[in-house]
Amino acid sequence: MSETAQVTDLSDERIKEMSALRRALIRPELGGMVGTVAVFTFFLLFAYDSGMFNAQGVLNWSIVSAQFMIIAVGACLLMIAGEFDLSVGSMIGFAGMMIAIFSVTLGWPTWLAIILSFAMCITIGAINGFIVIRTGLPSFIVTLASLFILRGFTIYFPQTIERKTIIGGIRDVAEGDWLAPIFGGKIGQPVFQWLGDVGVIDTFERGTRQGQPVVDGIPMLIVWAIVLVIFGHVLLTKTRFGNWIFAAGGDAQAARYVGVPVNRVKILMFMFTAFCATVFATCQVMEFGSAGADRGLLKEFEAIIAVVIGGALLTGGYGSVIGAALGALIFGVVQQGLFFAGVESSLFRVFLGVILLFAVILNTYIRRMITGER
Amino acid sequence: MNTRSTHEPIIQMRDIEKHFGSVIALAGVSVDVFPGECHCLLGDNGAGKSTFIKTMSGVHKPTHGEIVFEGKPMHFDDPRDAISAGIATVYQDLAMIPLMSVARNFFMGNEPIKRIAGIPFYDKDHADRVTMDEMREMGINLRGPDQAVGTLSGGERQTVAIARAVHFGAKVLILDEPTSALGVRQTSNVLATIDKVRKQNIAVVFITHNVRHALAVGDRFTVLNRGKTLGTAQRGQITPDELQDLMAGGQELAELEGSLGGTV
Ligand SMILES: Nc1ncnc2c1ncn2[C@@H]1O[C@H](COP(=O)(O)OP(=O)(O)O)[C@@H](O)[C@H]1O
Ligand SMILES: [Mg+2]
Repeated sequence: MSETAQVTDLSDERIKEMSALRRALIRPELGGMVGTVAVFTFFLLFAYDSGMFNAQGVLNWSIVSAQFMIIAVGACLLMIAGEFDLSVGSMIGFAGMMIAIFSVTLGWPTWLAIILSFAMCITIGAINGFIVIRTGLPSFIVTLASLFILRGFTIYFPQTIERKTIIGGIRDVAEGDWLAPIFGGKIGQPVFQWLGDVGVIDTFERGTRQGQPVVDGIPMLIVWAIVLVIFGHVLLTKTRFGNWIFAAGGDAQAARYVGVPVNRVKILMFMFTAFCATVFATCQVMEFGSAGADRGLLKEFEAIIAVVIGGALLTGGYGSVIGAALGALIFGVVQQGLFFAGVESSLFRVFLGVILLFAVILNTYIRRMITGER
Repeated sequence: MNTRSTHEPIIQMRDIEKHFGSVIALAGVSVDVFPGECHCLLGDNGAGKSTFIKTMSGVHKPTHGEIVFEGKPMHFDDPRDAISAGIATVYQDLAMIPLMSVARNFFMGNEPIKRIAGIPFYDKDHADRVTMDEMREMGINLRGPDQAVGTLSGGERQTVAIARAVHFGAKVLILDEPTSALGVRQTSNVLATIDKVRKQNIAVVFITHNVRHALAVGDRFTVLNRGKTLGTAQRGQITPDELQDLMAGGQELAELEGSLGGTV
């Protein structure tokens, strides 16, 4: 009798062990973490001497990763809320072009140009959301329409006004502006100067910048990325609104029945995605000093892929901002790493496709484990 | 029975009609529900049970008729009005979100808030503790508050949904076919839960098309048939056969019974 009892106890123990392993497995960030470790290991082994890991190299892939992160945060929260925005890339082009037209062509103050562009894009985001909610159409179709409409205007406006598709001279008109440095500036210069002086970072040996460190500060782009990731993570996991985001994407009807304002949540997430796209555009315009009609091409898909690598389900209701940020980091490191390693850059697209497929398969498997479907 | 006649019904549905275009889903249904009773609503598929309780919970506006809640006429514009008045509904398949944890589901729409530097954060500790306590009380042993609802059985999900409604102060709890997709053991768990809730003086409206489930916990029984009711029967005043008979519309069942040789 007592023997049987012991046997049952033992088998119970084993079930519990299994479930502990499962619990570790069903963290949404798992794929992103494994991927990050794998990617860094790979490039540390095969491209360590390429300059990828000195100050300039690190800054290089950090900037690219930060760009991905900014749009991935918006796409992540929106996807968890159960919707997509395919117009992110077009909105990046549109927002940059509006800043250029307002500040350079019309000669308005740069701060006004930036604020107006934000207002316009967030309004467009709200309209996207409103149409999706009102019509009940898939956001995929509605924002595909916005993708074309916005891209069309982004080419049409400069063509009509200036007879060209690139407007430059933004850096000149932004000189002395109070808002522009929030997007185009750098922070921590004294620290980097000191690091250069003590020899941690290389300094220029000739030319006008002799004695200055090769990396002289952290671009605001990276600061924006970090701030948005932290904001998105805290909002999602530590606030009431975050619970509503999960609920809206998990099952909108069930959420409505218990009083979650699902429509408001979804529209706000469309607006936040537009905000992130505009942050990206403003940083880019300030860095390049120009706006181009083809900026942001395919960015919506890169954002979505980063989010999926980060463990979010395409069907909504599940995902992680930290995971999406890791997905963006993987992108930045691989894209620039292939460049440093001298690999043909078109192979980056191959990598994207392959890793997307892996991530989606892994996520589907994880979903089955959580919901107990077979 | 005597105590019931001394106190007032918490909700009275008077001559409710609901038309969907040319479809008359409800053709004048009147039902009273008292605190502490389990009022069973029986009827075949398409009889209008769901439509009826949806007018009670603010999802549908009645085409005609009156809803009196706690003695006052009520007009619910949307489900949230009904919820804040204390009318909670647990829908069979829409109760819970499988991918979210039990605690997050439990507090969905009613998240506890803890202010840090004026910022309203989700009070996870409180939510987790209350969820574990409430679940234990209902006889569900969770591995932890973070366990996903997807790992619970259908009956356990119903129980979580019911516990949630009760915790947030439901005075009327409407259950739309909570047992229809469940196995025997899970069904008896849900029925036991209904019994616990009723004892807290909450009015339970229990929809089912299973006579045995209804008789197991019901105090009174109202049968809907093609959008009409033949009145309400007390427990002990009606036999299972009579109830079954009413559900199928009396005459039709008698005919059917004849042709099948008494096997129904
Ligand atoms: N939203 C609706 N629009 C049109 N007809 C409806 C709607 N909801 C219910 N009905 C109709 O009303 C009748 C009663 O349905 P329902 O209340 O769901 O029945 P039950 O829950 O008893 O099975 C059915 O004929 C159904 O087709
Ligand atoms: Mg029904």
